[in-house]
Amino acid sequence: MSTTVARAKHLYGAHPLHLLSLLASFALVGYAISLLGVHSLWNDRVWWQSIIVWFLGAIVLHDLVLFPFYALADRSLGAGWRAVTGRAPEANLSVSPRNYLRVPVMASGLLLLMFFPGIIRQGSASYLRATGLTQQPFLGRWLLLTGTFFAVSAIAYGAATLRERRRVDGPMTDPDGPSSEEEPASEHLGTDEGGMTW
Amino acid sequence: MEGSDASPEDGRDEEGPSQPVAAPGPTGSQPSDDVAPDGVAVDATPSDDPTHIDAKPVGDDQFGFPDRLWRSVAAHRPPGLPTTRAFRSPLRGPWLTSVFGFLLLISLPLVALTGLLDYIAYGPRLHQSIPGNVGFLHLPFFNWPTRPAWLFQVTEGLHVSLGLILVPVVLAKLWSVMPKLFTWPPLRSVAELLERLSLVMIVGGIVFEMATGILNIQYDYLFGFNFYTAHYFGAWVFMTGFVVHVALKFPTMVRSLRSRSLRRELRTPLSETEPEALDVDGLVPTDPAPPTLSRRGALALVGGGSLLVAVLTVGQSIGGVAREAALLIPRGRSYGDGPNDFQVNKTATAASIDPSTTGSSWRLSLSGGPGEVMLDRATLMRMHQHTADLPIACVEGWSTTQRWTGVRLADLADLAGVPRPAKAHVQSLEGGGGFSEAWLQQNQVLDPDALLALCVNGVDLSPDHGFPARVIVPALPGVHCTKWVRSIEFVR
Repeated sequence: MSTTVARAKHLYGAHPLHLLSLLASFALVGYAISLLGVHSLWNDRVWWQSIIVWFLGAIVLHDLVLFPFYALADRSLGAGWRAVTGRAPEANLSVSPRNYLRVPVMASGLLLLMFFPGIIRQGSASYLRATGLTQQPFLGRWLLLTGTFFAVSAIAYGAATLRERRRVDGPMTDPDGPSSEEEPASEHLGTDEGGMTW
Repeated sequence: MEGSDASPEDGRDEEGPSQPVAAPGPTGSQPSDDVAPDGVAVDATPSDDPTHIDAKPVGDDQFGFPDRLWRSVAAHRPPGLPTTRAFRSPLRGPWLTSVFGFLLLISLPLVALTGLLDYIAYGPRLHQSIPGNVGFLHLPFFNWPTRPAWLFQVTEGLHVSLGLILVPVVLAKLWSVMPKLFTWPPLRSVAELLERLSLVMIVGGIVFEMATGILNIQYDYLFGFNFYTAHYFGAWVFMTGFVVHVALKFPTMVRSLRSRSLRRELRTPLSETEPEALDVDGLVPTDPAPPTLSRRGALALVGGGSLLVAVLTVGQSIGGVAREAALLIPRGRSYGDGPNDFQVNKTATAASIDPSTTGSSWRLSLSGGPGEVMLDRATLMRMHQHTADLPIACVEGWSTTQRWTGVRLADLADLAGVPRPAKAHVQSLEGGGGFSEAWLQQNQVLDPDALLALCVNGVDLSPDHGFPARVIVPALPGVHCTKWVRSIEFVR
């Protein structure tokens, strides 16, 4: 590597190509904004209906609201379980219920995140104008789907627990049983609609 | 909400629920702003690797110019910022991030391409694409063909469906790199500053595009601004960030994908799931929690999320029985079993169509030739009728194929005295508002299946479907298939 590139790397922190490609990308974004018109980024009357607010707000909402929310929710699943039972979900049950709770919650949450306008009947006027219908069915449908996710997960969990119990009991009646070849039940693939229960 | 959060800090019996997230781990002597501990083998890229143009920390004590600024930033860690040790998922690492990255690398260009094609479907040469002035930011313009008739149905359907299906993958990808948001110091050089700025384009871009798109297909215009304009320019910002991100990270992605075998990961159960080797980017936790999900489980979870979204949405585009599975979106709804019971786009009431103007007093005006021709509906019904099965497809990604009957636009052009018009201007009874008029290209007027439809499925059009007459043209976006037609001007 030439000393010039090495010096540039030392001062700038990366290869000069890095700088060139980033500057090119900023110029292109600047061009896009100039076509849109800088004034169009901002809405004087309703500030939160501005393009720039939505663009930057998208990052804030994802990184500082949605992510912390679901990470904390997941963390409190274990913590809450411990608070109530005094043990981790893994500790006192033959099969951890953790993923059997996570999967339906995630599936239901994903649907709420994506399809909340219909579920909470937001934008009902424009919906009616466009379709001639109301958003009446969506809340019920989402609740039914959510119930289905939990029901399927419960069945899968019951089956996994039974399998695990048989596996543990198995060797006592049949010392040459296949238990060592089986996968742990908590890893068994279930196929509910919300994905796979592993 | 997806994102397979096998999350930070779980399954630790020895820690109470109130334990702060930054609790010192077993090696409690480490500084709180932890970085990869000394003596741990870090999968570092040699900084003199000529293929490596990525801005990457080469060590804790190496700063670019101006050195003092970056050191001072490093010394002023905001109180309360989660340390990298708060991120404890043993699944995070360059391999997993690269798997999600690779999936997006092959799929997002298809979403972008179909979106750009749909801009052309709206007819930029006829000045009816939105936004109007896009400078050089467009695919080469061409006249949108009328064949295959399902062309717009497929491009728009793919654009919307794939965009929806990728939501779980995008959330998972963002989850997997989240520790980088909280690393301190955030910057050690100008290179890192610029690279972080470029991430605003890609992260802001993808979330903005998905949020506006998802709201738009549900007719929830919460954002207030013009959807087309914002979604189009937002896409260019995203695509710019995407291209530069791929250019900078492609070598890292390839190297990371090679660091583990996918086949082996798919055979590794939870009990054998181990964290990846520590990486320079700090994705792999220095103090991992015991795994609660295998890596294959995480992939299945994300894939399952995408599958769920697919099952619940593709029906709006492909129709048939699949439409009944589109339970949570507007275009999965049934209108009934009658000939006019299919998806309505803008009701007659919403378009302020006065029923008295569509009755026996209605006349179709044809102009552009030697003189204006006025036709009533009975006369139109006596003309040669042509029937065609054509889809009507909309920007929200939905479509429905119906059997339309009416007079060929080409016959009307003949009647008007302009047998080979260069273009045609169709106007609706709808007073003003978006899409109350549309321009058609020559091929869209002369296609043998391009109709001024009077009937659908053997009966008169219903008011909501455009009675007394509507345009239907193969592969033309639904909003340009003007309803409640008042006049057609053929331009030579």
